Amino acid sequence: MKKNKKSQSVLFKVVAYSVCILLVILSILPFWIMFVNATRSTFQIQQDALSFIPSKYLISNIQILLGKTFDPLRGLINSTIISASSTLCTIYFSALTAYALVAYNWKLRSPFFTFIMAVMMIPAQVSSIGFYQFMYKIGMTNNFLALILPTIATPAAVFFMRQFMLASLPLELVEAARIDGAGEFYTFNKIVLPIMKPAMATQAIFSFVSSWNSLFLPLILLTKSEKYTMPIMVSLLRGDIYKTEYGAVYLGLALTVLPIFIIYFLLSKYIVEGVALGGVKG
Amino acid sequence: MKRKKGVSYAKYGYIFSIPFAVIFLIFSLYPILYTALLGFTDFKGLGTKSWHFLDNPFQNFILILNNDSFRQSLSNTFIIWTANFIPQILLALVLTAWFTSRRNKLKGKGLFKVIFYLPNIITAASIAILFYSLFGYPVGPVNSLLIKLGLIDTPVYFLINKATARGIVAFIQFWMWYGYTMIILVSGVLGISPDIYEAAEIDGTTGLQAFWYITLPNLKTILLYVLITSMIGGLNMYDIPKMFMQGGPDNATLTTSVFIYNQAFSGSYLYNRAAAASMIMFLIIAFFSAILFYLLRDKDAIERRKENKRMRKAYKERQEAEKL
Repeated sequence: MKKNKKSQSVLFKVVAYSVCILLVILSILPFWIMFVNATRSTFQIQQDALSFIPSKYLISNIQILLGKTFDPLRGLINSTIISASSTLCTIYFSALTAYALVAYNWKLRSPFFTFIMAVMMIPAQVSSIGFYQFMYKIGMTNNFLALILPTIATPAAVFFMRQFMLASLPLELVEAARIDGAGEFYTFNKIVLPIMKPAMATQAIFSFVSSWNSLFLPLILLTKSEKYTMPIMVSLLRGDIYKTEYGAVYLGLALTVLPIFIIYFLLSKYIVEGVALGGVKG
Repeated sequence: MKRKKGVSYAKYGYIFSIPFAVIFLIFSLYPILYTALLGFTDFKGLGTKSWHFLDNPFQNFILILNNDSFRQSLSNTFIIWTANFIPQILLALVLTAWFTSRRNKLKGKGLFKVIFYLPNIITAASIAILFYSLFGYPVGPVNSLLIKLGLIDTPVYFLINKATARGIVAFIQFWMWYGYTMIILVSGVLGISPDIYEAAEIDGTTGLQAFWYITLPNLKTILLYVLITSMIGGLNMYDIPKMFMQGGPDNATLTTSVFIYNQAFSGSYLYNRAAAASMIMFLIIAFFSAILFYLLRDKDAIERRKENKRMRKAYKERQEAEKL
């Protein structure tokens, strides 16, 4: 009986580890091929598209890639400006709104929270026509503010911050600050925000990544090539000018993926924890 | 003093909510209402300034609902979503069972989670074009791999075939999201009281039985959450089908979001039709959100009920009477 159980456990482990390793390969392989092919010449790729060993054509691929419309540096700068500003707006104002919901007893508090819950799932797509026309009318197409300002109202982030605040913000601390004569806004900035750091860090990572990856609204609003973000830049690689430049296409893809790769492997622990908290849906 | 406290601080609740409320009104609510309004007009064409309400206000909606491409996009969305979600949830459940197994502790769970989640965080637009390149014809890594493994003799043109193109989009979605789903489910299982499992172990329950009779029922709410958010996400599916094959071949991967984009921002710039289609999508999403909203609300209510139980016995009895 005992022996049977032991062999069962061995079998379980063999199966489980095999499947997990297979999935690891499945997760890594496409990116591995991408990075390797980014260093191979178009001729090499045409001979055999599948190779696991990097070659030495990285420089020539860079020259081909940059010789055309693809401008990764511009995309990087634009995406960084938009994502960093959006992230700051999201975390600061979400914390502020959550604080209003947690710390004060006002008449419309629970209807307001219900409302935030209700609109949490509305995606940008359904209002995109009105949004575009509105931005067009006030001359804000090709203006990064049209993508940054709306993030001041991010319902999902408010929800996340509120949950965190309910669990870990001692309201006695706020009371104490009041007795010391601190103003409400000062208390929020100097006392509440530092306590919120873990939640803000989690939310910052996800806001940044989702803003960085977003395609739909930037594609509609940003029509001038000098305003292109990384994901719009990527779409150029699908165009005719790069049709036969296989190596350069892989390199372009690798360049767009690399920043996120670095962020992910530096912060993976916090990211996986953040996902487990259920505060985000990409 | 007390009265002053109650009155004077409440106003800060309003003040601190102003930025959110103002921005929401301007950038979310107004565009939604404006989109809804445009759905009833003849507004189309690039640079058009004026528009009029249609004689038959529902004309755009009728046209859209009878539009073959729109119907096709709805059915595509449904097919692709189903083909991605069923394997995704099954794999996530199996992995969850393994990763939370009390008898057989696996090593390296943290690393596995990190790697399984990786595709989810990478720019979807890049992933779509990467897969387009991977499935290239006549030369592409996937064709090379299949030939090397001896599974096929000549390269296959995956991208031109409707079924394989859809299959690849569904696979990308599956590949991007199973890790996310698994992490959510594992954290759900960790939230279940270990006492229940211990009691079951004393009774001689096997691991499989424990999973079936304890884990699954306790995960019900989380499973529904995953199902509904995934459905809504599926309806919004844009980046992958747009970048992968522009909705093609022959509209096989045209999703509702890609349809709306194409109506409004290419060709004849049919903003009115796109607005009508957006509103139809909005209604579908609102319906699913309402279900989700109800579920999450219910959970809070149950928690509140538990608190009340502890505090007031009489209240508890009334509650139970209500439940019956």
